[in-house]
This record gives sequence, C-alpha cells and structure tokens, in this order.
Amino acid sequence: MHPAKSVIIFTTLSGIGFGMLFFIGLGMIVPEGLMAFIWFAIAYLFSVGGLIASTFHLKHPERALRAFTQWKTSWLSREGVLSVVALLVMAAYGAGLVFLKTRWAYVGYVGAILSLLTVFATSMIYAQLKTVPRWRDFSTPLMFLGYAGAGGSLMTGQVDYALALLALTGLLQLLNWMRGDGALGKSGSDIGTATGLGTAAQVRAFEPPHTGTNYLLKEMVYVVGRKHAGRLRILSLLMGIGLPILLLLAPFGHMLAALAIVSHIVGVFASRWLFFAQAEHVVGLYYGKR
Amino acid sequence: MTQLPQSTDRKLGLVIDLDTCVGCHACVISCKGWNTENYGAALSDTDAYGPDVSGTFLNRVHSYEVKPETGPAQLIHFPKSCLHCEDAPCVTVCPTGASYKRTADGIVLVNEDACIGCGLCAWACPYGARELDATAGVMKKCTLCIDRIYNENLPEEDQIPACVRTCPAGARHFGDFADPNSNVSKLTAERGGMDLMPEQGTRPTNKYLPPRPKDCSGEINTLAPLLEPVATDGKGFVGWLDKMLSALPGGNA
Repeated sequence: MHPAKSVIIFTTLSGIGFGMLFFIGLGMIVPEGLMAFIWFAIAYLFSVGGLIASTFHLKHPERALRAFTQWKTSWLSREGVLSVVALLVMAAYGAGLVFLKTRWAYVGYVGAILSLLTVFATSMIYAQLKTVPRWRDFSTPLMFLGYAGAGGSLMTGQVDYALALLALTGLLQLLNWMRGDGALGKSGSDIGTATGLGTAAQVRAFEPPHTGTNYLLKEMVYVVGRKHAGRLRILSLLMGIGLPILLLLAPFGHMLAALAIVSHIVGVFASRWLFFAQAEHVVGLYYGKR
Repeated sequence: MTQLPQSTDRKLGLVIDLDTCVGCHACVISCKGWNTENYGAALSDTDAYGPDVSGTFLNRVHSYEVKPETGPAQLIHFPKSCLHCEDAPCVTVCPTGASYKRTADGIVLVNEDACIGCGLCAWACPYGARELDATAGVMKKCTLCIDRIYNENLPEEDQIPACVRTCPAGARHFGDFADPNSNVSKLTAERGGMDLMPEQGTRPTNKYLPPRPKDCSGEINTLAPLLEPVATDGKGFVGWLDKMLSALPGGNA
C-alpha cells in the first residue's frame, strides 16, 4: 500500500497523544493549574495534530463532517466519533485540573477508556480489511495499542510502565511481522482464484490493461523501497524500543528522557512506514505483481 | 446509508463470457466515453499526451496466459469492472454514507457530493473496481450505466450498459440475476458461471463464464514436417556455399 505521509503522521502522533491522555486520565500524573495546562497542551498537540494530519490525504476535506455519520458500519467513522468524544471528556477533566484544581476521577477514567478505544478504532480501519491479509490479524490492534501505551507512558514519565510496555510492544511488533510475512500466502487468494482460470501455477499475467500506470497500481501495488525493509525493521526496533529502554535504565535525567522520546518517535515512524509499504493488497494479483 | 440491504428486489449485473471475449477493449472505450459525458464527474486523464499517462477507467481488460495440464497454452482476455457484490465491503467501510447499495436493483453507487475522497472503499475492494479520480477527487466506479438502463429517452436497444451495447463479440450480457429465467441466470447455469475470489466473501453479482476447453486432435501442427530445418550435411554447391558463408566475419565456422 502507498505509505502516505499524512496517514503515517496521523497514526503515529495521535497514537502517542491518546496514549498520553490514557495515562493522564488514569491519574498516573495529577498536575494542577499551569502545569496541568502544559501537560494537556502537549497531549492535545499530538492527538489533535495527528487527527488534522489525517485530513490532509482527503481530496474533499470540506466534507469531513459527514464522516461522523456512519459509525454503525464504518471503523473510520467510529474512529472519528470516538476521538472527538474522548477529546471532549478529557477536556472536561483537564478543565477541572487547570481552573478548579479539582480532580474529577471518574471523568478521567471514562476519558482514559475512550482514548484507548480511539486507538483501537484506528487500528481496526486497517485490521478489518480482508483485502490486505498482512493487516487482517489480531496482532495489528494489539500492536497499535502497545505503541500508544508505550509512547503515552514514556511521554508522561511513567518509567516502570514504559519499560514494561516498550518490551511488550517490541514483542507485539515482532509477532505482527512474523504473522504478516506469510499472511498473503495463507489467505487463499492467488492469481488462480482472482481470475478463476486455474491454479496459480497455470495462470500468468500476460498483458496489463493499459500502457501507463493507474490509481490502483500507485495506491495499492506500492513496492518502492521494499528492498530496505529488513534494515528498516532493525532500525525501527533499535530506535523505537531498544534505545529508549537503555536510556530509561540509565540514571534518570531530563535530557536522557527527551532523547528516549525522540528516538521512540523516529522508531514508530519507521515501523508505520513499513506497515503501509510492506502491505500487499490482493488487487496486485490481477497485475501479476504478487 | 452504508448498511447493506438484507436483500434486493432485483439483482442487476453482468455476465462476462471469457470464451468469447476477443480483447478488443471496445467496452473500455465506450464505458469511458459514456461515463465521461454523462452522470457524475468526468473520468479524467492526466498527462494524456505526455510520458506519464494515467487516467480513470471503470472497466479494464487484462490478458492472461493459461497453461493447462495438457494441450497448448491459451490467451484469455479478461474484462474487469465492479461486480456489484451482495456483501460489498466497499459500502460498509465508507465513513460518510456516500457509498451505498440500492435496495431496488442491487446496484452499488457513490454519491459524489458526499464523498470525501479518503480512498478507503478502494482499499476494501479486492477487485480494483474503484478508482479515485485524480482531477475530481471523488471515487468513481461502474454504475451499471444507471443513466442508460432506466433512460426512456433512449431507444430500447440502447437501454443497456454501454459496454454491453458496444461489445462486437457478444461477450457481455446484462440482466437480472434474481429472476431464474433471465438470460443471465440461464447463461450462468448452463456454462458454470463463476465468482471471482469467492474466498473474499463478497458474493459478487457479476458472473464470469469460463473458457470452453479447446479441441485437441493431437496433430495440431500439420505443416511441421514441411518446416524441418535444411539438411546440415549439405553437399555440392549448397555445401560449398554454407562453408564459404560461415567463414565470413560473423559466420559460425
């Protein structure tokens, strides 16, 4: 699949932002007054920034409000609704802390759960697609939740949680890669079932329908840069998981913590780029590209 | 709304005969022509006369080589457009309700005024039947020529999809699959009409008729004995000429 910058930025930043809101909502940190304002501002910068980035890949963003209507069937719509409700509930919780120096614990808990559900809905936009066997796996939502939790705990300075969640997320990432690499082969779809003309060994794409390229090939049969996939995977694990763990194990310092956060975000960007670039859509079968 | 109807009154769709299709692409052109000049946003081309040609099409013809276990290989031309699935995954993923399946006839359509151009429906379709138009920024797909099949201003013979009307080989058939006595239902039953990627669970309405097995007499190449290579042990003038030519630069002596 085409790794659109807007979607990579969206899933990475909003994952971290809602992860932060989850830990703040649970009361892991209870800042008050100006400090609370700064904490919430950072969390909203990430979550709202990511959501705004997601609208950049829309061809008609002026109609984006319509996307809140189809929550009965569409995970994308659910994601939109959940994110707005989560942000509103957490804004109420934040207002209590900032202006009244009062903690409405239950509002925070509800906000935390909604934040987590938002990340889950984001992951289901991809995990629901039967057409991309690599994504359609239980490990996809778990990995998204893992990254959100790891990023959120790292950002809110929960060292013990961050260490545990980073390690867990590393394992979930490995699981997602391992299961994903064989997914297309196991999906039962091949050029034989796509055309109905025989077994995969008997059918060969002889001539494409057009001399140029097209939307389908650009969007869903993206293969550029896959040759670096192995190295990028290692880099992503080292930057996203390994280095932050080492930095957290060292004696605590703000500079080290900041470095851990920057390294983690770079690693998650790499992981998300691979998530899209390596995903094989079954329509590629019609073009003999799988 | 993006909830799929439980069932539809009629199931309009196409039967595509892979045995008959000659791969002329006339259906591609008539589709592009009709759907550019009529309902909805035009099917745009970008860099149409440049080196990086690209354009939106609702119907494309692939060609496949099929090598059966016995007998010679076959070339199969394979037109592909929206299959108007009963469990259309493109409809349920739509966040805005722009994509919908009609209860009356089962046609899957896009309300272009409500489409935000997110592209998720194209991701959800296993067949590559939806293309986001680069100029209009809305999702385009086969409408089964909804502006022809119900258009009483057209002569009756033209009230069928443009691709079916134009096919010179008679490889495309339009009808109602909900009626067991319709032309398309009968063809499907007689010729073993099949679904594409049934494992995707989309339950396509359109059916493909497999190519008929080719006759095989065992002596296909009747002229082969006459095409035996010229004797290599040439004598006399031919032998001398062969030797001389081979000795020239570029020869194989």
